[in-house]
Amino acid sequence: MVRVYDLAHCRAGDKGNTSNISVVACGEAAWRVLCEQLTPERVMDAFGHIAKGPVRRYELPNLRALNFVIENALGGGVTRSLRQDMHGKSLSSLMLTIELPGHNEESGQAGGSPTEDQASSRD
Amino acid sequence: MPSPESSCPSIRIGVGAGTADDRIYPAVQLAQHGELDYLVFECLAERTVARENLARTKDPERGYTPRMLERIEAVLPACLDNDVRIVTNMGAANPRAGARAIRQLARDMGAGDLSCATVTGDDVSDLVRTMPALQLLETGAPLESILPRMASANAYLGADVVAKALATGARIVITGRVSDPSLFLAPALHEFGWSYDDWSRLAAGLVAGHLLECSAQVNGGCFADPGKKEVRDLATLGYPFGDIGADGSVTIGKLDINGGRVDVATCSEQLLYEIHDPASYITPDCVVDITGVRLEQVAQDRVAVRGPKGRPRTPTYKVTVGYFDGYIGEGQVSFGGPNAVARARLGAEIVEARLTERGFTYPELQVDLIGYSSVHGEHPSRPEPYEVRLRIAARTDDRRAAEAVGFETRALHMHGPAGAGGGSDPIVREILAVQSVLLPRELVSPEVGLEGEA
Repeated sequence: MVRVYDLAHCRAGDKGNTSNISVVACGEAAWRVLCEQLTPERVMDAFGHIAKGPVRRYELPNLRALNFVIENALGGGVTRSLRQDMHGKSLSSLMLTIELPGHNEESGQAGGSPTEDQASSRD
Repeated sequence: MPSPESSCPSIRIGVGAGTADDRIYPAVQLAQHGELDYLVFECLAERTVARENLARTKDPERGYTPRMLERIEAVLPACLDNDVRIVTNMGAANPRAGARAIRQLARDMGAGDLSCATVTGDDVSDLVRTMPALQLLETGAPLESILPRMASANAYLGADVVAKALATGARIVITGRVSDPSLFLAPALHEFGWSYDDWSRLAAGLVAGHLLECSAQVNGGCFADPGKKEVRDLATLGYPFGDIGADGSVTIGKLDINGGRVDVATCSEQLLYEIHDPASYITPDCVVDITGVRLEQVAQDRVAVRGPKGRPRTPTYKVTVGYFDGYIGEGQVSFGGPNAVARARLGAEIVEARLTERGFTYPELQVDLIGYSSVHGEHPSRPEPYEVRLRIAARTDDRRAAEAVGFETRALHMHGPAGAGGGSDPIVREILAVQSVLLPRELVSPEVGLEGEA
Protein backbone atom coordinates (compact mmCIF):
# COMPACT_ATOMS: atom_id res chain seq x y z
CA MET A 1 0.00 0.00 0.00
CA VAL A 2 1.08 3.56 -0.61
CA ARG A 3 -0.38 6.76 0.80
CA VAL A 4 -1.38 9.70 -1.37
CA TYR A 5 1.03 11.58 0.92
CA ASP A 6 3.89 9.64 -0.67
CA LEU A 7 2.76 10.39 -4.23
CA ALA A 8 1.40 13.94 -4.26
CA HIS A 9 0.77 17.26 -2.58
CA CYS A 10 -2.66 18.79 -2.04
CA ARG A 11 -4.48 22.07 -1.41
CA ALA A 12 -8.13 22.56 -0.42
CA GLY A 13 -10.38 25.43 -1.43
CA ASP A 14 -13.97 26.31 -0.57
CA LYS A 15 -17.05 27.66 -2.30
CA GLY A 16 -20.26 27.60 -0.31
CA ASN A 17 -20.77 24.07 0.96
CA THR A 18 -18.41 22.54 -1.62
CA SER A 19 -14.75 21.70 -1.08
CA ASN A 20 -12.29 21.26 -3.92
CA ILE A 21 -9.03 19.46 -3.28
CA SER A 22 -6.21 19.37 -5.80
CA VAL A 23 -3.85 16.39 -5.89
CA VAL A 24 -0.62 17.27 -7.68
CA ALA A 25 1.55 14.26 -8.48
CA CYS A 26 5.27 14.15 -7.66
CA GLY A 27 6.46 12.86 -11.01
CA GLU A 28 5.23 10.70 -13.86
CA ALA A 29 5.11 7.33 -12.07
CA ALA A 30 3.08 8.81 -9.20
CA TRP A 31 0.74 10.45 -11.72
CA ARG A 32 -0.03 7.11 -13.38
CA VAL A 33 -0.84 5.47 -10.04
CA LEU A 34 -3.05 8.35 -8.95
CA CYS A 35 -4.93 8.42 -12.27
CA GLU A 36 -5.61 4.72 -12.06
CA GLN A 37 -6.31 4.29 -8.35
CA LEU A 38 -7.39 7.56 -6.71
CA THR A 39 -10.96 7.18 -7.90
CA PRO A 40 -13.95 9.30 -6.84
CA GLU A 41 -15.22 6.19 -4.99
CA ARG A 42 -12.05 5.94 -2.88
CA VAL A 43 -12.23 9.66 -2.11
CA MET A 44 -15.90 9.36 -1.15
CA ASP A 45 -14.97 6.47 1.19
CA ALA A 46 -12.37 8.61 2.93
CA PHE A 47 -14.66 11.64 3.27
CA GLY A 48 -17.96 9.84 3.82
CA HIS A 49 -18.04 10.44 7.58
CA ILE A 50 -17.92 14.24 7.11
CA ALA A 51 -19.28 14.84 3.57
CA LYS A 52 -22.43 13.72 1.78
CA GLY A 53 -20.96 14.06 -1.68
CA PRO A 54 -21.19 13.50 -4.58
CA VAL A 55 -17.53 13.63 -5.61
CA ARG A 56 -16.43 14.63 -9.09
CA ARG A 57 -12.89 14.16 -10.45
CA TYR A 58 -11.20 16.27 -13.13
CA GLU A 59 -7.87 15.41 -14.77
CA LEU A 60 -5.21 17.95 -15.76
CA PRO A 61 -2.45 15.94 -17.47
CA ASN A 62 -0.31 19.02 -18.26
CA LEU A 63 -0.02 19.69 -14.54
CA ARG A 64 -0.10 16.00 -13.58
CA ALA A 65 -2.91 16.99 -11.26
CA LEU A 66 -6.36 15.74 -10.29
CA ASN A 67 -9.02 18.10 -9.00
CA PHE A 68 -11.66 16.60 -6.71
CA VAL A 69 -14.87 18.51 -6.11
CA ILE A 70 -16.69 17.25 -3.02
CA GLU A 71 -20.19 18.57 -2.51
CA ASN A 72 -21.96 18.95 0.85
CA ALA A 73 -18.58 18.85 2.57
CA LEU A 74 -18.39 21.99 4.69
CA GLY A 75 -21.07 21.65 7.35
CA GLY A 76 -23.62 23.75 5.48
CA GLY A 77 -21.22 26.31 4.01
CA VAL A 78 -18.36 28.50 5.11
CA THR A 79 -20.47 31.35 6.44
CA ARG A 80 -22.79 29.24 8.62
CA SER A 81 -20.82 26.09 9.50
CA LEU A 82 -20.51 25.01 13.14
CA ARG A 83 -17.12 23.51 12.43
CA GLN A 84 -13.82 24.84 13.69
CA ASP A 85 -12.29 24.70 10.22
CA MET A 86 -15.18 26.38 8.43
CA HIS A 87 -13.28 26.65 5.13
CA GLY A 88 -12.14 23.04 5.22
CA LYS A 89 -8.58 24.15 4.59
CA SER A 90 -7.30 21.17 6.58
CA LEU A 91 -9.17 18.70 4.36
CA SER A 92 -6.20 18.61 1.96
CA SER A 93 -4.41 16.62 4.68
CA LEU A 94 -7.28 14.11 4.92
CA MET A 95 -6.85 13.45 1.19
CA LEU A 96 -3.16 12.72 1.87
CA THR A 97 -4.08 9.91 4.31
CA ILE A 98 -5.81 7.80 1.63
CA GLU A 99 -4.05 4.50 0.99
CA LEU A 100 -3.80 3.01 -2.50
CA PRO A 101 -2.61 -0.42 -3.71
CA GLY A 102 0.29 1.52 -5.27
CA HIS A 103 1.99 -0.67 -7.85
CA ASN A 104 0.83 -1.11 -11.36
CA GLU A 105 2.58 -3.03 -14.11
CA GLU A 106 3.55 0.02 -16.10
CA SER A 107 4.62 2.43 -13.40
CA GLY A 108 6.70 0.32 -11.03
CA GLN A 109 7.84 2.25 -7.99
CA ALA A 110 6.03 5.53 -7.54
CA GLY A 111 6.79 8.37 -5.20
CA GLY A 112 8.93 11.45 -4.83
CA SER A 113 9.08 14.99 -3.62
CA PRO A 114 7.39 17.98 -5.20
CA THR A 115 10.77 19.63 -5.69
CA GLU A 116 12.15 16.89 -7.91
CA ASP A 117 10.76 18.00 -11.21
CA GLN A 118 9.83 21.55 -10.44
CA ALA A 119 12.18 22.94 -13.07
CA SER A 120 10.83 20.91 -15.94
CA SER A 121 8.07 21.90 -18.24
CA ARG A 122 5.15 19.53 -18.09
CA ASP A 123 3.93 19.82 -21.63
CA MET B 1 5.56 50.41 -20.18
CA PRO B 2 7.75 48.79 -22.88
CA SER B 3 10.30 46.41 -21.45
CA PRO B 4 13.82 47.07 -22.77
CA GLU B 5 14.59 43.40 -23.49
CA SER B 6 11.63 42.63 -25.70
CA SER B 7 9.52 44.35 -28.26
CA CYS B 8 6.34 43.32 -26.44
CA PRO B 9 5.15 45.85 -23.86
CA SER B 10 4.40 44.44 -20.45
CA ILE B 11 3.22 45.58 -17.05
CA ARG B 12 4.07 44.36 -13.57
CA ILE B 13 1.23 43.99 -11.07
CA GLY B 14 2.04 43.44 -7.41
CA VAL B 15 -0.23 42.08 -4.71
CA GLY B 16 -1.02 44.40 -1.82
CA ALA B 17 -3.32 42.03 0.07
CA GLY B 18 -5.28 38.84 -0.65
CA THR B 19 -7.84 39.00 2.15
CA ALA B 20 -9.27 41.50 4.63
CA ASP B 21 -6.94 40.29 7.39
CA ASP B 22 -3.82 39.91 5.28
CA ARG B 23 -0.42 41.14 6.46
CA ILE B 24 0.52 44.75 5.68
CA TYR B 25 4.31 45.02 5.50
CA PRO B 26 4.91 42.74 2.44
CA ALA B 27 2.93 45.23 0.33
CA VAL B 28 5.33 47.99 1.40
CA GLN B 29 8.31 45.87 0.34
CA LEU B 30 6.76 45.29 -3.10
CA ALA B 31 5.89 48.97 -3.54
CA GLN B 32 9.46 49.93 -2.62
CA HIS B 33 11.47 47.26 -4.44
CA GLY B 34 9.14 45.56 -6.91
CA GLU B 35 9.49 47.94 -9.90
CA LEU B 36 5.72 47.76 -10.09
CA ASP B 37 3.27 49.52 -12.36
CA TYR B 38 0.22 48.54 -10.31
CA LEU B 39 -0.47 47.37 -6.77
CA VAL B 40 -3.75 45.46 -6.31
CA PHE B 41 -5.41 44.90 -2.92
CA GLU B 42 -8.15 42.22 -2.80
CA CYS B 43 -9.80 42.47 0.62
CA LEU B 44 -13.43 41.35 0.34
CA ALA B 45 -14.43 37.96 1.69
CA GLU B 46 -17.95 36.79 0.87
CA ARG B 47 -19.40 38.31 4.04
CA THR B 48 -17.37 41.52 4.21
CA VAL B 49 -19.71 43.65 2.12
CA ALA B 50 -22.72 42.59 4.20
CA ARG B 51 -20.92 43.60 7.39
CA GLU B 52 -19.82 46.94 5.94
CA ASN B 53 -23.34 47.62 4.70
CA LEU B 54 -24.39 47.63 8.35
CA ALA B 55 -21.57 50.04 9.22
CA ARG B 56 -22.74 52.40 6.46
CA THR B 57 -26.30 52.28 7.78
CA LYS B 58 -25.02 53.61 11.11
CA ASP B 59 -22.66 56.22 9.57
CA PRO B 60 -22.90 57.29 5.89
CA GLU B 61 -19.14 58.02 5.80
CA ARG B 62 -18.26 54.41 6.79
CA GLY B 63 -18.71 51.14 4.96
CA TYR B 64 -15.21 50.70 3.50
CA THR B 65 -13.00 47.92 4.94
CA PRO B 66 -11.74 48.75 8.44
CA ARG B 67 -8.00 48.48 7.64
CA MET B 68 -8.16 50.40 4.37
CA LEU B 69 -6.52 53.58 5.65
CA GLU B 70 -3.83 51.64 7.51
CA ARG B 71 -2.93 49.77 4.31
CA ILE B 72 -2.95 52.85 2.08
CA GLU B 73 -0.93 54.90 4.58
CA ALA B 74 1.74 52.17 4.64
CA VAL B 75 2.25 51.98 0.85
CA LEU B 76 1.39 55.49 -0.33
CA PRO B 77 4.84 57.11 -0.03
CA ALA B 78 6.52 54.33 -2.04
CA CYS B 79 3.67 54.23 -4.58
CA LEU B 80 3.98 57.99 -5.19
CA ASP B 81 7.80 57.84 -5.37
CA ASN B 82 7.75 54.95 -7.83
CA ASP B 83 4.66 55.93 -9.82
CA VAL B 84 2.66 52.85 -8.84
CA ARG B 85 -1.11 53.01 -9.31
CA ILE B 86 -3.37 51.31 -6.79
CA VAL B 87 -6.46 49.22 -7.56
CA THR B 88 -8.55 47.89 -4.69
CA ASN B 89 -11.97 46.59 -3.69
CA MET B 90 -11.53 47.97 -0.16
CA GLY B 91 -14.39 50.37 -0.92
CA ALA B 92 -16.64 47.45 0.11
CA ALA B 93 -20.14 48.89 0.71
CA ASN B 94 -19.12 52.53 0.22
CA PRO B 95 -16.37 53.22 -2.35
CA ARG B 96 -17.17 56.94 -2.54
CA ALA B 97 -16.72 57.43 1.20
CA GLY B 98 -13.56 55.32 0.94
CA ALA B 99 -12.22 57.63 -1.78
CA ARG B 100 -12.95 60.69 0.35
CA ALA B 101 -11.21 59.12 3.35
CA ILE B 102 -8.13 58.24 1.27
CA ARG B 103 -7.95 61.78 -0.14
CA GLN B 104 -8.10 63.20 3.39
CA LEU B 105 -5.39 60.76 4.50
CA ALA B 106 -3.17 61.88 1.60
CA ARG B 107 -3.61 65.54 2.55
CA ASP B 108 -2.80 64.72 6.18
CA MET B 109 0.35 62.92 5.03
CA GLY B 110 1.44 65.94 2.98
CA ALA B 111 0.92 64.07 -0.28
CA GLY B 112 -1.36 66.77 -1.68
CA ASP B 113 -4.47 66.32 -3.76
CA LEU B 114 -4.74 62.64 -4.67
CA SER B 115 -7.21 61.67 -7.38
CA CYS B 116 -9.38 58.62 -6.67
CA ALA B 117 -11.73 56.95 -9.14
CA THR B 118 -14.64 54.94 -7.79
CA VAL B 119 -16.51 51.96 -9.20
CA THR B 120 -20.07 51.53 -7.97
CA GLY B 121 -23.25 49.90 -9.20
CA ASP B 122 -22.50 46.50 -7.66
CA ASP B 123 -25.09 47.13 -4.92
CA VAL B 124 -28.26 45.62 -6.39
CA SER B 125 -30.18 45.18 -3.13
CA ASP B 126 -33.03 47.53 -4.14
CA LEU B 127 -33.36 45.73 -7.47
CA VAL B 128 -33.43 42.17 -6.13
CA ARG B 129 -35.99 43.12 -3.48
CA THR B 130 -38.39 43.51 -6.41
CA MET B 131 -37.48 40.04 -7.75
CA PRO B 132 -38.45 37.57 -4.99
CA ALA B 133 -38.75 34.69 -7.46
CA LEU B 134 -35.02 34.65 -8.24
CA GLN B 135 -33.65 31.20 -7.44
CA LEU B 136 -30.89 30.73 -4.87
CA LEU B 137 -28.08 28.80 -6.55
CA GLU B 138 -27.12 26.85 -3.41
CA THR B 139 -30.54 25.49 -2.41
CA GLY B 140 -32.90 26.16 -5.34
CA ALA B 141 -35.26 27.99 -2.95
CA PRO B 142 -36.68 31.36 -4.01
CA LEU B 143 -34.87 34.53 -2.85
CA GLU B 144 -38.12 35.38 -1.09
CA SER B 145 -37.23 32.88 1.66
CA ILE B 146 -34.34 35.06 2.90
CA LEU B 147 -35.48 38.52 1.75
CA PRO B 148 -36.84 39.59 5.16
CA ARG B 149 -33.40 38.90 6.68
CA MET B 150 -31.33 40.26 3.76
CA ALA B 151 -28.39 42.51 4.70
CA SER B 152 -26.81 43.07 1.27
CA ALA B 153 -26.88 42.04 -2.39
CA ASN B 154 -23.88 42.77 -4.57
CA ALA B 155 -23.05 41.77 -8.13
CA TYR B 156 -19.54 40.61 -8.97
CA LEU B 157 -18.58 43.26 -11.53
CA GLY B 158 -15.95 42.62 -14.20
CA ALA B 159 -12.69 44.19 -15.34
CA ASP B 160 -14.36 46.37 -17.99
CA VAL B 161 -15.65 48.99 -15.55
CA VAL B 162 -12.41 48.93 -13.53
CA ALA B 163 -10.41 49.57 -16.72
CA LYS B 164 -12.75 52.48 -17.43
CA ALA B 165 -11.96 53.85 -13.98
CA LEU B 166 -8.23 53.53 -14.72
CA ALA B 167 -8.79 55.50 -17.93
CA THR B 168 -9.71 58.54 -15.84
CA GLY B 169 -6.02 58.73 -14.94
CA ALA B 170 -6.74 58.56 -11.19
CA ARG B 171 -3.90 57.43 -8.95
CA ILE B 172 -6.16 55.09 -7.04
CA VAL B 173 -9.18 53.09 -8.18
CA ILE B 174 -11.46 52.00 -5.36
CA THR B 175 -14.33 49.60 -5.92
CA GLY B 176 -16.94 47.58 -4.08
CA ARG B 177 -17.65 44.03 -5.17
CA VAL B 178 -15.62 43.09 -8.24
CA SER B 179 -14.65 39.55 -9.17
CA ASP B 180 -11.23 38.97 -7.59
CA PRO B 181 -9.25 38.02 -10.73
CA SER B 182 -10.92 40.84 -12.67
CA LEU B 183 -9.15 43.37 -10.43
CA PHE B 184 -5.88 42.10 -11.94
CA LEU B 185 -7.15 41.84 -15.52
CA ALA B 186 -8.26 45.48 -15.44
CA PRO B 187 -4.78 47.09 -15.65
CA ALA B 188 -3.92 44.87 -18.63
CA LEU B 189 -7.18 45.78 -20.37
CA HIS B 190 -6.47 49.45 -19.74
CA GLU B 191 -2.83 49.33 -20.88
CA PHE B 192 -3.17 47.05 -23.89
CA GLY B 193 -6.72 47.77 -25.04
CA TRP B 194 -7.63 44.08 -25.35
CA SER B 195 -11.10 43.62 -26.75
CA TYR B 196 -13.84 41.49 -25.25
CA ASP B 197 -13.60 38.91 -28.02
CA ASP B 198 -9.87 38.39 -27.49
CA TRP B 199 -10.61 35.29 -25.39
CA SER B 200 -7.14 33.88 -24.95
CA ARG B 201 -5.68 37.20 -23.74
CA LEU B 202 -8.60 37.85 -21.40
CA ALA B 203 -8.18 34.33 -20.05
CA ALA B 204 -4.43 34.91 -19.58
CA GLY B 205 -5.06 38.06 -17.55
CA LEU B 206 -7.68 36.29 -15.45
CA VAL B 207 -5.43 33.30 -14.78
CA ALA B 208 -2.70 35.71 -13.68
CA GLY B 209 -5.27 37.32 -11.39
CA HIS B 210 -6.42 33.96 -10.09
CA LEU B 211 -2.84 32.98 -9.23
CA LEU B 212 -2.19 36.33 -7.50
CA GLU B 213 -5.49 37.02 -5.74
CA CYS B 214 -4.66 34.96 -2.64
CA SER B 215 -1.37 36.79 -2.14
CA ALA B 216 1.36 34.58 -0.65
CA GLN B 217 -0.44 31.31 -1.47
CA VAL B 218 1.38 31.27 -4.84
CA ASN B 219 4.87 32.04 -3.52
CA GLY B 220 5.27 29.63 -0.64
CA GLY B 221 2.39 30.31 1.74
CA CYS B 222 0.02 27.46 2.59
CA PHE B 223 2.61 24.98 1.29
CA ALA B 224 5.37 24.03 3.74
CA ASP B 225 5.45 20.55 5.28
CA PRO B 226 8.73 20.08 7.16
CA GLY B 227 10.83 17.26 5.75
CA LYS B 228 8.54 16.87 2.74
CA LYS B 229 7.86 20.26 1.16
CA GLU B 230 10.40 22.81 2.34
CA VAL B 231 9.96 26.55 1.93
CA ARG B 232 13.03 28.69 2.47
CA ASP B 233 12.82 31.41 5.10
CA LEU B 234 9.04 31.33 5.50
CA ALA B 235 9.13 34.00 8.23
CA THR B 236 10.16 36.62 5.64
CA LEU B 237 7.56 35.51 3.09
CA GLY B 238 6.52 38.42 0.87
CA TYR B 239 3.80 39.01 -1.70
CA PRO B 240 4.04 37.91 -5.34
CA PHE B 241 3.89 39.89 -8.56
CA GLY B 242 2.88 39.06 -12.11
CA ASP B 243 4.33 40.32 -15.38
CA ILE B 244 1.62 40.48 -18.04
CA GLY B 245 2.56 41.13 -21.66
CA ALA B 246 0.46 42.74 -24.36
CA ASP B 247 0.61 39.37 -26.16
CA GLY B 248 -1.01 37.62 -23.17
CA SER B 249 2.21 36.21 -21.73
CA VAL B 250 2.19 35.78 -17.95
CA THR B 251 5.08 35.24 -15.53
CA ILE B 252 4.62 34.95 -11.77
CA GLY B 253 7.52 35.96 -9.51
CA LYS B 254 8.68 37.14 -6.11
CA LEU B 255 11.32 39.49 -4.70
CA ASP B 256 14.77 38.13 -3.86
CA ILE B 257 14.69 39.87 -0.46
CA ASN B 258 11.80 37.67 0.69
CA GLY B 259 11.73 34.00 1.61
CA GLY B 260 9.30 31.62 -0.07
CA ARG B 261 9.38 29.89 -3.44
CA VAL B 262 7.69 30.30 -6.81
CA ASP B 263 7.81 27.10 -8.81
CA VAL B 264 5.67 24.64 -10.71
CA ALA B 265 4.59 22.96 -7.47
CA THR B 266 3.38 26.13 -5.71
CA CYS B 267 1.74 27.47 -8.87
CA SER B 268 0.00 24.14 -9.59
CA GLU B 269 -1.63 24.14 -6.15
CA GLN B 270 -2.77 27.73 -6.50
CA LEU B 271 -3.96 27.34 -10.09
CA LEU B 272 -6.54 24.78 -8.89
CA TYR B 273 -7.43 26.61 -5.68
CA GLU B 274 -11.22 27.06 -5.46
CA ILE B 275 -11.66 25.79 -9.03
CA HIS B 276 -14.43 23.32 -9.75
CA ASP B 277 -14.65 22.32 -13.44
CA PRO B 278 -11.27 23.43 -14.81
CA ALA B 279 -12.76 23.79 -18.31
CA SER B 280 -15.34 26.30 -17.06
CA TYR B 281 -14.05 28.80 -14.57
CA ILE B 282 -16.78 31.42 -14.80
CA THR B 283 -15.83 35.09 -14.34
CA PRO B 284 -17.75 38.24 -15.34
CA ASP B 285 -15.23 38.80 -18.19
CA CYS B 286 -15.12 35.40 -19.85
CA VAL B 287 -15.36 31.69 -19.11
CA VAL B 288 -11.81 30.43 -18.60
CA ASP B 289 -10.56 26.97 -19.55
CA ILE B 290 -7.36 26.03 -17.72
CA THR B 291 -7.23 22.40 -18.82
CA GLY B 292 -4.50 23.23 -21.35
CA VAL B 293 -2.38 25.40 -19.04
CA ARG B 294 1.33 24.62 -18.89
CA LEU B 295 3.64 25.94 -16.18
CA GLU B 296 7.34 26.37 -16.82
CA GLN B 297 10.14 27.40 -14.50
CA VAL B 298 11.88 30.06 -16.63
CA ALA B 299 14.27 31.33 -13.91
CA GLN B 300 14.76 31.10 -10.16
CA ASP B 301 11.36 31.95 -8.59
CA ARG B 302 9.83 32.79 -11.97
CA VAL B 303 7.11 30.64 -13.53
CA ALA B 304 5.63 31.25 -16.97
CA VAL B 305 1.96 30.40 -17.44
CA ARG B 306 0.92 29.40 -20.94
CA GLY B 307 -2.16 28.09 -22.67
CA PRO B 308 -5.29 29.34 -20.88
CA LYS B 309 -8.27 29.58 -23.20
CA GLY B 310 -11.45 31.62 -22.94
CA ARG B 311 -15.03 31.59 -24.12
CA PRO B 312 -17.63 34.39 -24.19
CA ARG B 313 -18.86 35.62 -20.85
CA THR B 314 -22.24 34.46 -19.58
CA PRO B 315 -25.32 36.71 -19.93
CA THR B 316 -25.59 37.08 -16.14
CA TYR B 317 -23.78 38.57 -13.17
CA LYS B 318 -23.41 36.46 -10.04
CA VAL B 319 -24.88 38.25 -7.03
CA THR B 320 -23.91 37.45 -3.44
CA VAL B 321 -26.80 37.93 -1.02
CA GLY B 322 -25.86 38.42 2.63
CA TYR B 323 -28.52 37.64 5.23
CA PHE B 324 -28.88 37.17 8.97
CA ASP B 325 -28.99 33.51 9.88
CA GLY B 326 -29.33 33.40 13.66
CA TYR B 327 -26.55 32.77 16.16
CA ILE B 328 -23.85 30.25 16.92
CA GLY B 329 -23.08 29.67 20.59
CA GLU B 330 -19.85 27.95 21.56
CA GLY B 331 -17.89 26.80 24.59
CA GLN B 332 -14.64 24.88 25.21
CA VAL B 333 -12.99 23.04 28.11
CA SER B 334 -9.96 20.70 28.32
CA PHE B 335 -9.27 17.18 29.63
CA GLY B 336 -5.91 15.38 29.96
CA GLY B 337 -4.38 12.12 31.13
CA PRO B 338 -5.94 8.65 31.52
CA ASN B 339 -9.41 8.31 29.98
CA ALA B 340 -9.45 11.93 28.79
CA VAL B 341 -11.61 11.14 25.75
CA ALA B 342 -14.28 9.33 27.81
CA ARG B 343 -14.44 12.18 30.33
CA ALA B 344 -14.80 14.73 27.52
CA ARG B 345 -17.63 12.69 25.98
CA LEU B 346 -19.37 12.51 29.36
CA GLY B 347 -18.99 16.30 29.64
CA ALA B 348 -20.72 16.75 26.29
CA GLU B 349 -23.62 14.50 27.33
CA ILE B 350 -24.06 16.52 30.52
CA VAL B 351 -24.11 19.85 28.67
CA GLU B 352 -26.66 18.61 26.15
CA ALA B 353 -28.91 17.27 28.92
CA ARG B 354 -28.73 20.54 30.86
CA LEU B 355 -29.52 22.63 27.76
CA THR B 356 -32.57 20.42 27.10
CA GLU B 357 -33.63 20.68 30.74
CA ARG B 358 -33.52 24.47 30.46
CA GLY B 359 -35.87 24.27 27.49
CA PHE B 360 -33.42 25.14 24.75
CA THR B 361 -33.50 23.26 21.47
CA TYR B 362 -31.09 23.60 18.57
CA PRO B 363 -31.61 22.63 14.93
CA GLU B 364 -27.91 21.69 14.85
CA LEU B 365 -25.40 21.00 17.64
CA GLN B 366 -21.83 19.84 17.14
CA VAL B 367 -19.47 18.16 19.61
CA ASP B 368 -15.77 18.28 18.75
CA LEU B 369 -12.87 16.74 20.62
CA ILE B 370 -10.03 19.03 19.60
CA GLY B 371 -6.90 16.95 19.16
CA TYR B 372 -8.97 13.94 18.13
CA SER B 373 -11.96 14.63 15.91
CA SER B 374 -12.42 18.37 15.36
CA VAL B 375 -11.07 18.98 11.85
CA HIS B 376 -11.42 15.62 10.08
CA GLY B 377 -14.33 14.16 12.03
CA GLU B 378 -14.31 11.03 14.15
CA HIS B 379 -12.85 7.84 12.71
CA PRO B 380 -12.33 4.49 14.46
CA SER B 381 -8.85 4.09 12.93
CA ARG B 382 -7.36 6.88 15.03
CA PRO B 383 -5.71 6.28 18.43
CA GLU B 384 -6.93 8.24 21.44
CA PRO B 385 -4.70 11.20 22.29
CA TYR B 386 -3.27 12.04 25.74
CA GLU B 387 -5.37 15.20 26.01
CA VAL B 388 -8.40 16.69 24.25
CA ARG B 389 -10.30 19.95 24.32
CA LEU B 390 -14.07 19.59 24.27
CA ARG B 391 -15.77 22.10 22.01
CA ILE B 392 -19.56 22.37 21.77
CA ALA B 393 -21.14 24.63 19.14
CA ALA B 394 -24.84 25.01 18.32
CA ARG B 395 -27.00 27.01 15.96
CA THR B 396 -30.14 28.85 17.09
CA ASP B 397 -32.29 31.88 16.31
CA ASP B 398 -32.48 32.66 20.05
CA ARG B 399 -29.57 34.68 21.44
CA ARG B 400 -30.19 33.38 24.98
CA ALA B 401 -30.02 29.79 23.77
CA ALA B 402 -26.72 30.61 22.06
CA GLU B 403 -25.27 32.08 25.26
CA ALA B 404 -26.32 29.02 27.24
CA VAL B 405 -24.05 26.72 25.18
CA GLY B 406 -20.84 28.34 26.35
CA PHE B 407 -22.21 28.95 29.86
CA GLU B 408 -23.03 25.29 30.45
CA THR B 409 -19.76 24.11 28.89
CA ARG B 410 -17.67 26.30 31.19
CA ALA B 411 -19.73 25.12 34.18
CA LEU B 412 -18.21 21.65 33.67
CA HIS B 413 -15.31 23.02 35.77
CA MET B 414 -17.28 22.30 38.95
CA HIS B 415 -20.34 20.42 37.73
CA GLY B 416 -18.83 17.94 35.29
CA PRO B 417 -16.43 14.98 35.07
CA ALA B 418 -13.08 14.95 36.89
CA GLY B 419 -10.36 17.33 35.78
CA ALA B 420 -12.19 19.68 33.39
CA GLY B 421 -9.89 22.70 33.05
CA GLY B 422 -9.37 25.89 31.13
CA GLY B 423 -12.96 26.65 30.17
CA SER B 424 -13.32 29.42 27.62
CA ASP B 425 -15.55 32.45 28.06
CA PRO B 426 -18.87 31.73 26.33
CA ILE B 427 -18.78 32.76 22.65
CA VAL B 428 -21.83 34.03 20.73
CA ARG B 429 -21.55 34.97 17.07
CA GLU B 430 -24.32 36.51 15.00
CA ILE B 431 -24.27 34.74 11.65
CA LEU B 432 -24.13 36.69 8.41
CA ALA B 433 -24.54 33.94 5.86
CA VAL B 434 -24.41 34.27 2.06
CA GLN B 435 -26.14 32.68 -0.89
CA SER B 436 -26.14 33.59 -4.57
CA VAL B 437 -28.47 34.45 -7.41
CA LEU B 438 -27.85 35.21 -11.09
CA LEU B 439 -29.01 38.53 -12.52
CA PRO B 440 -29.26 39.38 -16.25
CA ARG B 441 -26.36 41.69 -17.17
CA GLU B 442 -28.59 44.39 -18.64
CA LEU B 443 -30.21 44.99 -15.24
CA VAL B 444 -26.90 46.00 -13.63
CA SER B 445 -25.38 49.44 -14.26
CA PRO B 446 -21.72 49.72 -13.22
CA GLU B 447 -20.62 53.32 -12.80
CA VAL B 448 -17.32 55.20 -12.64
CA GLY B 449 -16.91 58.32 -10.51
CA LEU B 450 -13.95 60.60 -9.84
CA GLU B 451 -12.94 62.39 -6.66
CA GLY B 452 -10.36 65.14 -7.31
CA GLU B 453 -8.55 66.12 -10.52
CA ALA B 454 -6.87 63.25 -12.33
